[in-house]
Amino acid sequence: MMQIKPILAALKRHKAGTILIALQIALTLAIVCNALFIIHQRLDRVARPTGLDESNLMAISTRYVGMDDKDTGAAIRGDLAALRQLPGVEDVVSINSYPLRGGGWSTGVRVNVDDKKPKGHTTLYFSDEHTLATFGTRLVAGRNFQADEIGEADPKSVGDPAVVIISKALADKLYPDGTALGKPIYIGDTKKPSTVVGIVERLQVPWNGNWSDTFFENAIIEPFRLTGSFTNYLIRSKPGQLDALLKAAPAALYKVNRMRVIPSDRGVRTFAQVRERAYRADRGMAILMGVVCLVLLAITAAGIVGLTSFWVGQRRKQIGVRRALGATQHDILSYFLTENLLIGVGGVVVGAVLAIGMNLWLVTQFEMARLSVLYVLVGVVALLLLGQGAVLAPALRASRVSPVEATRSV
Amino acid sequence: MFGYYLDLALRSLRRNRMLTALMVLAIALGIGASMTTLTVLHVLSGDPLPGASSTLFYPQIDPRDMDGYEEGKKPPDQVTWIDGMNLLHAKRAAHQALMTGGAVPVQPAQSSIDPFYSDARFTSADFFPMFQVPFLYGHAWGESDDDAKARVVVISRALNDKLFGGKDSTGQTLRVKDTAFRIVGVIDSWRPNPHFYDINMGNYSGLEDVFVPLTTSGDVRLDHNGSMDCWGTGSGDDDHMETQPCVWLQFWVQLDGADQVKAYRDYLVHYSQEQKSLGRFERPVNVALPGLMEWLDINKVVPGDVRLQTWLAFGFLLVCLVNTVGLMLAKFLRRSGELGVRRALGASKREVFAQLLVESGVIGLAGGVGGLLLAFLGLWLVRRQPSDYAALAHLDLSMLSITFLLAVGSSLLAGLLPAWRACQIAPALQLKSQ
Repeated sequence: MMQIKPILAALKRHKAGTILIALQIALTLAIVCNALFIIHQRLDRVARPTGLDESNLMAISTRYVGMDDKDTGAAIRGDLAALRQLPGVEDVVSINSYPLRGGGWSTGVRVNVDDKKPKGHTTLYFSDEHTLATFGTRLVAGRNFQADEIGEADPKSVGDPAVVIISKALADKLYPDGTALGKPIYIGDTKKPSTVVGIVERLQVPWNGNWSDTFFENAIIEPFRLTGSFTNYLIRSKPGQLDALLKAAPAALYKVNRMRVIPSDRGVRTFAQVRERAYRADRGMAILMGVVCLVLLAITAAGIVGLTSFWVGQRRKQIGVRRALGATQHDILSYFLTENLLIGVGGVVVGAVLAIGMNLWLVTQFEMARLSVLYVLVGVVALLLLGQGAVLAPALRASRVSPVEATRSV
Repeated sequence: MFGYYLDLALRSLRRNRMLTALMVLAIALGIGASMTTLTVLHVLSGDPLPGASSTLFYPQIDPRDMDGYEEGKKPPDQVTWIDGMNLLHAKRAAHQALMTGGAVPVQPAQSSIDPFYSDARFTSADFFPMFQVPFLYGHAWGESDDDAKARVVVISRALNDKLFGGKDSTGQTLRVKDTAFRIVGVIDSWRPNPHFYDINMGNYSGLEDVFVPLTTSGDVRLDHNGSMDCWGTGSGDDDHMETQPCVWLQFWVQLDGADQVKAYRDYLVHYSQEQKSLGRFERPVNVALPGLMEWLDINKVVPGDVRLQTWLAFGFLLVCLVNTVGLMLAKFLRRSGELGVRRALGASKREVFAQLLVESGVIGLAGGVGGLLLAFLGLWLVRRQPSDYAALAHLDLSMLSITFLLAVGSSLLAGLLPAWRACQIAPALQLKSQ
């Protein structure tokens, strides 16, 4: 540490270069911190559980063509019966939507009939008593629907259900004291109460974008099978039978009734495919950010190597003189490492301020959270280590300069 | 002189290949990343109807009841059937069209093609002239067809190719939901981006395949799609859509000139007051009349991720440039001896400066070419993404020239400081130290 003064004196003679390296470290730190933070946010989102047992699960979406909407109730029951008879099918439901599908119903819920404002926001799933078994979700309180509670409803005029099953997140939101079971809730603008008969551990909404973040685990299952020309079948297969069902299930549906369309794109999918599609943009963003970080760090490291190499080349004679006057190889090595550390510290101090400033600006422009200080600390340590690593090769070369150099004139 | 400087520059660059490669690569990566993201941003924030967009406006009025009223909030994004029809029939604008999206089952006459669902738009006659829709065959339907709920249809070129092999199909029949429609027109290739007239249907989705009069779609009970907001006793019941207190239709008008815009805004205020005195509207009069581009802006049509990526890429470019400045500075200063000799032999400061700028320009040019190649690669990667705007990501002429200006400009800028510092040296001092 005795060396700091001469190092500072030397750096003063290379002001522009020093400032440029420090600036590059600062900018890299600011960008990398924010990029890592964005990556982390995206990966957190991707890792959120849907509440479903996603293995052995597949979805088919289908539309009837040339069939009156009034007749589709019977047609759907026929489809369900046909699917249930297939070997390998554990359970199946017809449902309006499912987690990660991307489109569905949402509405407000009140707990008192006179409330003007909804107490919570939720998605609505319409299906029957097979839903919980097909989803693979666990009841934490209450009971499943009974067969005689299931009705059929036109999606354009669904009535108010007498009983509903809701997710735990919604139950806690509506009745924070944990007494939701058996209590009434009012869905949408209705005056008629629906009684909570069951609470499931977790059930995600069909959307995975920012806009649904405030209610992403609030869900209500209503005991109605929706009629209408469009429906989704969610099928749980017996273990190992999923691949066979991907072909057999649509074939069985066509056999029951040819007057239907199963789109070639996204018509028949395993749940793994549903998940992959839903999070493709988030994963793409995370990968892009990761690549940018790596390239940035590589360029910054290369810049440090390049600049330090020049400085070493420039100072060969001075190094030779120091060696001739008794400095060990280790002294020379630590001189360059310390010099880089000093520049690095200057850079990361500015960079930390820049990183936080950049994050504050991003928060105002994009839907983003505040950067945690931990990221900045990790980034600071990473960049200092990167600098030391980058400077090592030129510094070692400097330390091997022979004392004889002092006697050479060029 | 330029030729000589170029020769000197190339010699100097060859002397230190690794370093030259590093500088070129850094600039190329920076330029490539910025141009890829900037091109995507440019494509996505473009004008869907160049030339016509400045005359298109999206009237908004507030027909809701007092439940949940908050002062200063914007009126709803869509209109009710009643208001839409009133505004449509009032004909206070040069053109006006009321519309919603839908999906219709198409039943081809050929048994070789299974029935399928097509995206549809249910609208009124002015849609086509107002948005300057080009026709391949036939023409739009007329107002009399709207009034008569005529079974007429306009189809897209893609659907015409699929069902009629690209031949003129006007006058033929298209079966939709068990109803026979007469084809009156076929739209030529047309894809406004963004899909501005109904951003509920995906901001960058392609053109619908089937266009049917809005009045007819209600009569035949075709399914409409899109967002619907109801209040009071409103519900999405199809039987009474024409009286429900629900907003679910988009209404566009064409207004030529500021006078017409002002007159139309006054008309909207007047209309709202009238409806309020009739007891239909309950809230204080609240109207808005954003222009097309303003409407896209309000709705943040350009995805946040794309804007974020653009900023990121320019940050990246900045780091690459700082890196290049540092390396060039070191390199130029290292050659102080050589430059000292040139100065001593009579080269002026300006000439040395020019020589060094040529050298940095060469690096910039090489980086620019590399960046352009990387941008092509980047856009190719973007086009392979599943998003609905992916197919649009192409480099046009203006972006191509911007790329080059950016590359050469930024590297000259990067060369400026090092060249200036290097030509400041005193020749005598350098010669002495040799």
